[in-house]
Amino acid sequence: MLLQVKNLHVSINGKEILKGVNLEVNKGEVHAIMGPNGTGKSTLAAVIAGKSGYEITQGEILYNGKNLLDMPPEVRAQEGIFLGFQYPVEIPGVSMTNFMRTALNEIRKYHGQEPMSAKDFLARMTEKKDLVELTSKLTNRSVNEGFSGGEKKKNEIFQMAMLDPQLAILDETDSGLDIDALRIVAHGVNKLKTTENATVVITHYQRLLDYIVPDFVHVLFEGKVVLSGGKELALELEEKGYDWIKKETENH
Amino acid sequence: MKIEKNAIPALKNIPHWFDIVSDKNGNAFTGLRAYRQLALEDFNRLGFPNKKMEKWRHTDLSASLSFDYSLATQDFNMQDVLSDVFECDVHDLESFVVNLYKGRFVFKENNLFTLPKGVIVGSLSAAFDQYPELIEKHFGKYGKTDKNAFHALNSALFLDGLFVYVPKNVIVEKPLQLINAVGASDDVLVQNRNLIVLEEGSQLTLIHCDDSYNYKRSFTNSLTEVFIGANASLDHYRLQNINNNSTLISSLVVEQERNAQLSTNSIILNGGLIRNETYTKLNGEGANASILGVYLADKNQHIDNQVFVDHAVPNCTSNELFKGILDDYARAVFNGHILVRKDAQKTLAYQNNANIILTDKAVINTKPFLEIYADDVKCSHGATVGQLDENALFYIRQRGISEDNARMLLMYAFAADVTQEIKIDSLRDRIEDMVKKRLRGELSICDQCVLQCSSPEKYNFEIDMSKI
Repeated sequence: MLLQVKNLHVSINGKEILKGVNLEVNKGEVHAIMGPNGTGKSTLAAVIAGKSGYEITQGEILYNGKNLLDMPPEVRAQEGIFLGFQYPVEIPGVSMTNFMRTALNEIRKYHGQEPMSAKDFLARMTEKKDLVELTSKLTNRSVNEGFSGGEKKKNEIFQMAMLDPQLAILDETDSGLDIDALRIVAHGVNKLKTTENATVVITHYQRLLDYIVPDFVHVLFEGKVVLSGGKELALELEEKGYDWIKKETENH
Repeated sequence: MKIEKNAIPALKNIPHWFDIVSDKNGNAFTGLRAYRQLALEDFNRLGFPNKKMEKWRHTDLSASLSFDYSLATQDFNMQDVLSDVFECDVHDLESFVVNLYKGRFVFKENNLFTLPKGVIVGSLSAAFDQYPELIEKHFGKYGKTDKNAFHALNSALFLDGLFVYVPKNVIVEKPLQLINAVGASDDVLVQNRNLIVLEEGSQLTLIHCDDSYNYKRSFTNSLTEVFIGANASLDHYRLQNINNNSTLISSLVVEQERNAQLSTNSIILNGGLIRNETYTKLNGEGANASILGVYLADKNQHIDNQVFVDHAVPNCTSNELFKGILDDYARAVFNGHILVRKDAQKTLAYQNNANIILTDKAVINTKPFLEIYADDVKCSHGATVGQLDENALFYIRQRGISEDNARMLLMYAFAADVTQEIKIDSLRDRIEDMVKKRLRGELSICDQCVLQCSSPEKYNFEIDMSKI
């Protein structure tokens, strides 16, 4: 099993956000996590990636059988976890090229590999840029600085392609995208799918799932996974709305 | 702490030093003796600055002044000095290098020479004898001897320094690199004096390096007077990397004529106490001054930048940007003062000082200051003090980059706003490399240089700055 989230309880400033989340992801699978705003979807993504500021009060997360919560964020990334940010951060003064080259080489170093040659690196940049139809020159641009909303999201998938993670968690990658950009981003994600990696797509709307077809859909509501099912669950949810979930949970 | 006059050992020696220096050089220029005498009187009246003075409130000189310095007056064997010390030139930079050793001009064959097209470069002391008419016109005309104690002291006691004269419409292609090295003997006091004259339409790039090549304590008081004629342009850099036992007071005083361009960029990498004072008078319409600086300080270092821009006439522009990163117990001061005089309408003046403080013990005192008497101007000022952006740090680390390297990337990027403005490619690459090394604590300028800031390699910083 690639990822195992067991009875995860997480608080921020004493307020419990996740109240016992369970989730299992195997290689080759695409999972979608859906749910209304403020229900803990982004918190789950951030905790898996290792963002500070969260208090884990109960439960554990295993990644390839290893205890993920003991690892600093960079080690999680080096182990193969990638987080596509809902709000990619602008970093003035750090060029995309240097950023990616440093990241790629640190990951390679972690796995005992030699740094990638400049030639191979450039070829990889060009190839992956094409994948997400990122047309602008990245070489002299700072990370996300002055990028449009769509470009930032494409840039997340570009980075994912560059780093070739084993587990990609895409946090609301579809938000703020027009239909063309959405198609491009989804195409990129689909292209990167193999039997050896897995993707967790976090989304509010069914729309993205027309393009990235999930094997499993989970509904996160008030800090818990209240429903899990196949891709048809997303359609049902779209049809009946989140109020339906509210009623369902109240009845239980 | 109040500085008592009699508590400063240097004070008792000043009359003696004055006698030695007065007899030593520049006697062909008849005005010099009187000039020194006046400067000495000014200094005696002003005394060393103390913390009661507005522009010295946050810089305490008492520790720097508590040692029994000796003024560097003796002659030395130039060949020895050359072979031992001066290996510090910027690699790959095609430049014309001149050296100052303890404030004295050092060159292999000659001490003042004429380059093609009538450019004169060499010892200021020699220029007093050979070019008294140029000296007469510019020397002592820009420094503020009557108001600034260090200018007064320098004027009373200087022995030598760099003299540059660029004739009308001459463009000096090669950058001129001035390397001022201190060290060799303990507790040396250096009074370095430079004069740079750019006639109408001329251009010069000057890199002024202050280095120490060992741990020995020193106190350097440097005064550089600059005249930039109409449509002339000076691209100036201060590159400062002295040991933690040393003090450097470096003044740049500029007068700009119509459409004269000044760009000055201070790269402050290391030093016990460094205070840079930059004055420019925009004295002809269309003149423009760009005054930038970056300072990196840790341990107990103290870095002070004082800028005074005098908009004396209409339609001039000035831009100040200083950025600093402070670690440990380091302290920094920024004081930017823009004066827009009554007639200086249509002035554009911008000023910004941004700081990153890495510990809660580091201190920055920043004071942007606008003094405006004209009513049709655009001026702005700003100062920020902050920590590294936590969101950016997480973003970088999430891509697999270690925390140390992520911090380094952000600090480097912060400083890059200033270093990117360096116009000479090889110098910019070199300085960016030095900033990188400084941030990871392994800076040295050349192999001979054993600075205290060097510590065992801690980080594996794999950023390749080559433009790929």
